[in-house]
Amino acid sequence: MAQPFRLATGGRIDRARPLRFHFDGRSYEGFAGDTLASALIANGVHLVGRSYKYHRPRGILTAGPEEPNALVGVRRGPGRFTPNLRATQVRLHDGLEAVSQNRWPSLGFDLGAVNSLGSPLFSAGFYYKTFMGPKGAGDRLWRRVFEPVIRHAAGLGNAPTQPDPDLYAQFHEHCEVLVIGAGPAGIAAALAAAQGGGRVILCDEQAEPGGSLLSETAATIDDMPARDWLARSLATLAAMPNVRLMPRTQAFGYFAQNFVALCEQVDDLPDDGPRLRERLWQVRAGRVVIATGAIERPLVFPGNDRPGVMLADAARIYLARYGVAVGRRIMVATAHDSAYRAALELREAGIDVALVADLRPQANGAWPMAARAAGIEVVTDARVIATHGRLRIAGATVAIAGRERKVACDALLMSGGWTPSVHLHSQSRGKLVFDEALQAFVPGASVQAQCSVGTCAGRFGLSAALADGARAGADAAGIPAPVHIVANDPAMTGGTLGASREHARGKAFVDFQNDVTADDIRQAVREGFRSIEHVKRYTTTGMATDQGKLSNMNALAIAAAELDAPLEKVGLTTFRQPYTPVTFGTLAGASRGDLFDPVRRTPIHDWAREHGAVFEDVGLWKRAWFFPQAGEDMQAAVRRECAQVRRGAGLFDASTLGKLEVVGPDAALFLERIYTNAFGRLQPGRCRYGLMLNEQGFVMDDGVVARLAPDRFHVTTTTGGAARVLHHMEDYLQTEFPDLRVWLTSTTEQWAVIAVQGPRARDIVAPFIEGIDLSNAAFPHMSVRDGRIRGVPCRLMRVSFTGELGFEVNVPADYGRAVWEMLWQEGRKHDAVAYGTQAMHVLRAEKGYIIVGQETDGTVTPDDLGLNWAIGKAKPDFVGKRSLTRPDMLAANRKQLVGLLTDDARTALEEGMQVTANATPAIGEHALGHVTSAYDSPALGRPIALALVEAGRARLGETLFVPTSGRSIAVTLVAPVFLDPEGARLHG
Amino acid sequence: MAENRLSAPALVSRLPHGSDRVFRDDAVAVARAPAAARFILRGGDEVAARVASVFGAHPPARPLASAQAGTRAALWLGPDEWLLLAPEEDPEPLGRALQAAIDGVPASLVDVSQRQIGLSLSGPLASRLLSSGCPLDLAPAAFPPGMVARTHFHKAEIVLWRRADSFHLEVWRSFVDDVLGHLEQARLGAAGLVS
Repeated sequence: MAQPFRLATGGRIDRARPLRFHFDGRSYEGFAGDTLASALIANGVHLVGRSYKYHRPRGILTAGPEEPNALVGVRRGPGRFTPNLRATQVRLHDGLEAVSQNRWPSLGFDLGAVNSLGSPLFSAGFYYKTFMGPKGAGDRLWRRVFEPVIRHAAGLGNAPTQPDPDLYAQFHEHCEVLVIGAGPAGIAAALAAAQGGGRVILCDEQAEPGGSLLSETAATIDDMPARDWLARSLATLAAMPNVRLMPRTQAFGYFAQNFVALCEQVDDLPDDGPRLRERLWQVRAGRVVIATGAIERPLVFPGNDRPGVMLADAARIYLARYGVAVGRRIMVATAHDSAYRAALELREAGIDVALVADLRPQANGAWPMAARAAGIEVVTDARVIATHGRLRIAGATVAIAGRERKVACDALLMSGGWTPSVHLHSQSRGKLVFDEALQAFVPGASVQAQCSVGTCAGRFGLSAALADGARAGADAAGIPAPVHIVANDPAMTGGTLGASREHARGKAFVDFQNDVTADDIRQAVREGFRSIEHVKRYTTTGMATDQGKLSNMNALAIAAAELDAPLEKVGLTTFRQPYTPVTFGTLAGASRGDLFDPVRRTPIHDWAREHGAVFEDVGLWKRAWFFPQAGEDMQAAVRRECAQVRRGAGLFDASTLGKLEVVGPDAALFLERIYTNAFGRLQPGRCRYGLMLNEQGFVMDDGVVARLAPDRFHVTTTTGGAARVLHHMEDYLQTEFPDLRVWLTSTTEQWAVIAVQGPRARDIVAPFIEGIDLSNAAFPHMSVRDGRIRGVPCRLMRVSFTGELGFEVNVPADYGRAVWEMLWQEGRKHDAVAYGTQAMHVLRAEKGYIIVGQETDGTVTPDDLGLNWAIGKAKPDFVGKRSLTRPDMLAANRKQLVGLLTDDARTALEEGMQVTANATPAIGEHALGHVTSAYDSPALGRPIALALVEAGRARLGETLFVPTSGRSIAVTLVAPVFLDPEGARLHG
Repeated sequence: MAENRLSAPALVSRLPHGSDRVFRDDAVAVARAPAAARFILRGGDEVAARVASVFGAHPPARPLASAQAGTRAALWLGPDEWLLLAPEEDPEPLGRALQAAIDGVPASLVDVSQRQIGLSLSGPLASRLLSSGCPLDLAPAAFPPGMVARTHFHKAEIVLWRRADSFHLEVWRSFVDDVLGHLEQARLGAAGLVS
């Protein structure tokens, strides 16, 4: 029979829309409006998983996000497998495929359950005890026994292996009032708040807003049945333009400045194309009203984890909202009046209620009296001491005033009372206070602009919830609080915390998801743990994905009882974001693939791509690395590019270089202070190498400083340093030199920069340049002029990073590619090549030109690099100057830049290799330095390297060693300029 | 050699890589704004006044404000910093005129016409799409027409200017791909939303 536990009537499901779904390969039927959990129960399926440590059979315990047991994987096609979803929150759809977790080979027969037999292995603190085992034999035991066992047992679910094809969106949102939770308190708050005209967001994790009103069958509000009041209120809210109603939206994190993160489930239907799955809403709210309700607490008794044992109110919800009976013959174990209501409603639906066993000495509230009047047998001073059955409960043994009685049942409903959901209040840094009367932690003073209303604030009952919510909403709107009249909602009392030690036989679970028992917590206390924070870490109670929503209070009470201390003295663990697990997709949003980081491309990028360039990432930029021709590998391409630049010419896209315009009457003075060099007497039209230090005296950037006019400089920085250098300069300008009349403007992207380098460079550039005399006399090395290149505005610099005659043609970015192509056509007449960053590196290394970040690592001074000539000795000050005279900076054994040549002239070194005095250094002997750059030099026909070596300049000519695995390479130290040390080529 | 000159109009309208990814539907339209002359102006009150005399729009002293004169606009970026926008004008003559106007006053005028690209967003979902990567409150009450903010859109720094019926974004050119890509994703992510 289909859905044997579905009642003939009732529930808010759509019986006209049957849905077929699969669980562990078996096909079942449910209805639209079901959750996976309600549909499984309708089919009589309670066994849905195996527990984490002991692999005990586990059933559906709750009807909400607090579910610890019913974790399932849902497959919606390739790349669409989501593990660890709570079956109580998975909306049923046609064709849903879900699988249970933590079981092998099957749910019914699980080999891992042998862990139950060896359970001392998994007692409290087992991680620590096994990790700390003795060496030797212990090690082997660890590797062969413990680790494999733990690895197999640990972890929940399986991670998906394919990329997720779906879409996850993220939006920022702002509102005056955010109401979290659309139960009676939240709806009353939103109704009132919306009257103020400000923007109101009302979110609720359920598909259908209403919270407890959805299963309210008796009470009336404002003279109408509660469900009618709910429908009317939702319609009112939906019609207000200033209200955003967000069902299926979980507020999972409360951060500083009233910033609350919401996760909205948009679509969970399977489809071939990409679907919009979830949206992250980052809400900044003027005020937040938390109306998150309360969570029913399990009772801790032996066998309380057997499938069929569930929370009493969950059974009520399954009945009222889904028309599902959780069993045919139920028993109730409780310490709170609310479970009587569940018993009564189930009885009214025709379910056999075998017994209500109340822990309390007496139960004479309105609901217990009504239950008795309905003919339900009620016993007090009664506790469950065992449950029976294997994969499903078949009965329970109850001790009633010392007498034992066995009761047959197929569902056992339990209620230890209610725990206010104070998570978000706590996340907002609000304090919690222990309410003696309620035996619960409730929100204390708020730190942010938020308040808790209704049951999450410890104010139980429909009337209190509505009044509380209306007041909070009205406060936010600045209006008098609306009054709601509630009838037929008798009060409920009761509740218990912790577990009794009497009659304890078998495992009484506190934390279902992490398999922590009452005995584990007692053992932790006996082993010396006093604070709940330590007990938690030692036993792992409350550390599962449900963060102890069901277990924390019981664990705390058990520890307090064992310590014989007041509960509030034992402390409360911290509530952390997220309230429920959030998918990585939602956190990542669109930031994946090409949109993970901006991909910056130069105006010449497409030309390079069309000409076969291989690109490398430099910061966010894509730079042409080398241009392989048919049949060439990287080495061959780079060798050809280098050789051709030195022989003819090369074109290089230098557009990524950082560029700044420094303008104002004090521009020169400012640059004198920021760079080590002297710029005061630099004439307009001339350039100078600039070296920049940080306050500690270490090299942080370098570039070319070109003076365009007395009050205007064009400054270049390294590609990766552009933003850092601008911030560094702004920082000094605003904090140290606010009196200087100078301003900085980034022009990095204004200009496309084409470097034309090589002996024929002038021949390539000259035909197009208008208004600039390119002769050596008029435009020597390190010159700059504004002019035109075939009509296009052009800032031409004569600079070189290759050691060859060189020009850098700056043109407005839109013209970059056209000018490049024009120069390329001309270049082909002059044996020119397009070269990439790798050839650039080789060419500059042959000249001993440093690269910041390669020859420097934040601990290198100008003198270390042999760049003392770049320091303006006569300048009164510059950033880093004082630090350069500290004794450490002048020490004789500082590492200095040198060149290395391998003695066999064939062996290539690698960046990062260590340089030592001995060929086979002893272990612990310190290295003299390391290789910073290493290349095969086409110009020299042999490998070259740059290195930082202790007192390197004094060791020139010496032989040192570069030990590698297996052998040691002998190297000779040489000056770090391998080619044309006189610079004749530069000035050609 | 006039026939050999590279002609500007053929080139300046080109977007960088992936340039054609500008889209439009009933809820939102993303378009490239016309090419423009752009300058970053730095300096004090007197500089603002002198620029106003030739530029028309008076660089505003009020934070986050903008001023317009015809198609020209001056956007406040900081206490002594403005972005001058002159759509479809040649930056060279305008730059010379502006520079002449501020001569003798401590100031900085830098041509950034091609550093950035203007995008315009309009339609009922325009602010929703922006909210995918911009944390500011973009409701008209909080961010009214005329307001300007230097902010970010995902990882790109942008200048956001609300005009009468659209948003104008100024984006450094190499970040345009990223901005357009995120706008496209946000359009998909806003499915079913009306605001």
